[in-house]
Amino acid sequence: MLAAVALAVLPLLVQGAGEAWVRILDTSLLYILLALGLNIVVGFAGLLDLGYIAFYAVGAYLFALLASPHLVDNIPAVAALFPNGLHTPIWLAIPLGAGLAALVGVLLGAPTLKLRGDYLAIVTLGFGEIIRVFMNNLDAPINITNGPKGISSIEPLRVGPVNLGEPLQVGGYTLASVTLHYYLFLALVVLAVVVCSRLHNSRLGRAWMAIREDEIAAKAMGLNTRNLKLLAFGLGATFGGVSGVLFASFQGFVSPESFSLQESVMVVAMVVLGGLGHIPGVILGAFLLAALPEVLRHVAGPLQQLTGGRLDAAILRQLLVALAMIGIMLVRPRGLWPSPRHEDGLLPDDAAAAKGDPA
Amino acid sequence: MSRPLLTIANVSKRFGGVQALQGVGLAVQPGQVHGLIGPNGAGKTTFFNMITGLVPSDSGSFELDGVAYKPTAVHLVARAGIARTFQNIRLFAEMSALDNVRVGRHVRSHVGWWQAVLRTPAFKAEEKLIAAKARELLAFVGLEHKARHAARTLSYGDQRRLEIARALATEPKLLALDEPAAGMNATEKVQLRELIERIRAQGRAVLLIEHDVKLVMGLCDHVTVLDQGKLIASGTPAEVQRHPAVIAAYLGTGHGQGSNPAGNPAGAQA
Repeated sequence: MLAAVALAVLPLLVQGAGEAWVRILDTSLLYILLALGLNIVVGFAGLLDLGYIAFYAVGAYLFALLASPHLVDNIPAVAALFPNGLHTPIWLAIPLGAGLAALVGVLLGAPTLKLRGDYLAIVTLGFGEIIRVFMNNLDAPINITNGPKGISSIEPLRVGPVNLGEPLQVGGYTLASVTLHYYLFLALVVLAVVVCSRLHNSRLGRAWMAIREDEIAAKAMGLNTRNLKLLAFGLGATFGGVSGVLFASFQGFVSPESFSLQESVMVVAMVVLGGLGHIPGVILGAFLLAALPEVLRHVAGPLQQLTGGRLDAAILRQLLVALAMIGIMLVRPRGLWPSPRHEDGLLPDDAAAAKGDPA
Repeated sequence: MSRPLLTIANVSKRFGGVQALQGVGLAVQPGQVHGLIGPNGAGKTTFFNMITGLVPSDSGSFELDGVAYKPTAVHLVARAGIARTFQNIRLFAEMSALDNVRVGRHVRSHVGWWQAVLRTPAFKAEEKLIAAKARELLAFVGLEHKARHAARTLSYGDQRRLEIARALATEPKLLALDEPAAGMNATEKVQLRELIERIRAQGRAVLLIEHDVKLVMGLCDHVTVLDQGKLIASGTPAEVQRHPAVIAAYLGTGHGQGSNPAGNPAGAQA
C-alpha cells in the first residue's frame, strides 16, 4: 500500500527536479517490462534467448506504422483506405503489438526447439539481427520501414480523452507528458508482474522449471516440451511487443539502431544480474541497469571537466557500468536478489501449496 | 490368465555393427512385479529405454492395456501410462520435493495458461487437487516431512523414493524402475522392497531392472533374463534360477555346466 502511494507520487516529486529525470523513470519501466518478458523465457524455462529485442522492434514498428503518416504518404492504397490518416487507439495498439510479437516469437522459436545452451543463444542472436536488418532494408521496393532513416511523427497514445503527448491540467497542477507516460507504463508493469507471478505459480510455471532443470526427466513425466517451450517463447514475446508499442509512442520516432544486439545483451544482463527467474530480482536488475547509465551521465560530466576534457563521457559511462556489473557478479554470482535458497534446502511454502493444504 | 497389461514382441535394435537386441519380447500381467535381469551388456537398459520411448527401436510391436502404442516420443509413452525412473537419479534438483511430485501431475491436469493468469475457479480447484495428490504421494513414500526441501538436498535413498513418487503422480498403469536399488544400503533396500510391495498391493504393475539378484528373486512374480541381446529365459524366479542358460550366462559356460550341473539356485545368486 505504502509502496503503491510512493510509486504514484514519485514522478510528481521528480518532475520538480526536471522532466529528464521522469524520462529516466519511464525508460526504466520499459526495460522492466522487457526484462519481465525475457525472464519467462530465460528465467523460467531456461532458454537463453539473445535475440529478444526483436520482439521489442516488432511492437515498436507496428505502432510506428499504425500511428504515423508514413504508410499513408508512401502507399497510395493505404491513403485511399484511410483518407484521414492512420490513428490507432490504445485498446487496439497494445493487443495488436502483443499478438504480433507472440506470433513472431512462436515462428522464431519453432526452429530452435531442439537446440540448447550455447547453440540456442547463437541462433536466437542471429534471429534478432535478422529482424533488425529487415527493418534497415525494407524501404525498397515498397517503402515500409523507411530504412535506416526510421519513422518519425508517431502520434502519442491516447487513453480515453487524455493525449499522453500533451501536458494535462489537473486542478491547478500540470502533469507533464512524461509523467502521463509514467502512469501508463507503471500500470502495464504492475499487470505484467501479476501475470508473471501467476504463471510462475501454476502447473505451467512448474513445467517450465522442470524443463530448465532436466529436459529428459520432464519428457519422461509426460510433459510436451515442444509446446511448453513455444508457449514460453510466445508469452515472453508479448511483453516485448507491448513494450515496443509504448516505446514508439513515448519516443515518437523509431529506427533500426534502437534494436541492436547491444540492447538484447543489456536485457539479458538485467535478468541475470537481478536474479534469474526471481521476479523482484529481475525488476531490480532492470531498474539499476536502465537507470545507472542515465544517472552516470550526470556524474560523468563533472568528472570529465575535472580531467580537463581528456576523458570521453560516453566511454567513462560504459566503463563504470561494466565495472559495476563485474563487481556484482563477483560478489553475488546468483544475482542481486535471487530466489530464496537456504543451506538446508528449505524452500518457502507458496500460496498454492498452502491453499491445497487441508490443515 | 487375463490379458497382459504390457506386451512387447520381437524387438530388435542395432547400433552400427552391434546387434544390441534381437527379437526380444516380454509380457507383464496386471498387478505383477516383473523383473528384467541379465549380465552387464545384455541389453537390459536399451530394452527398457525402448519400452519407455527414450530410444527408438528398429522393429517390434508394443501394446499397453490392449492398445498398440508407438514408442516414438517419451512424453506420449508417459501419457499412455508408463512412468519411469532413472538409473542415475534425474530429479528437478532446485525444485522442492512437493513441486517435483506436482510436475508429475502435469499430465493428468488440463487448465490452460490463461486460466492460470485469471485464477479461474477451475484453476484453483485443479491446483488444490494437484497439491493434495502430491502430498498424499509424498506421504505414501514416507517423505511428507521433506515437502519443502529442495530435491538436491535429500539423501540418496530419499531421492530414489521421491523419483518413484513423482512417477506415481502421473498415474501410470505400469511403473518402470531402472535399477532402483543401485547404491542403496541394506536398510534402504528393505524399505524399497516394502515400497514396491505396497505399490503392487494397489494393483499397479511394476517393471524392474535390477542387479541385486536377492531383491529380484524375493520380490518379482515373473523374471525375464536377457543375455547378449537375446532372451534366454522367462518364468517365475524359481524356474529362472534353475535354468541352465541363466546359470551359464552368469557364471560362464564351463562353470555353469561343469561344476554346477544340477543348476543349484545358489549359482544364479553368485
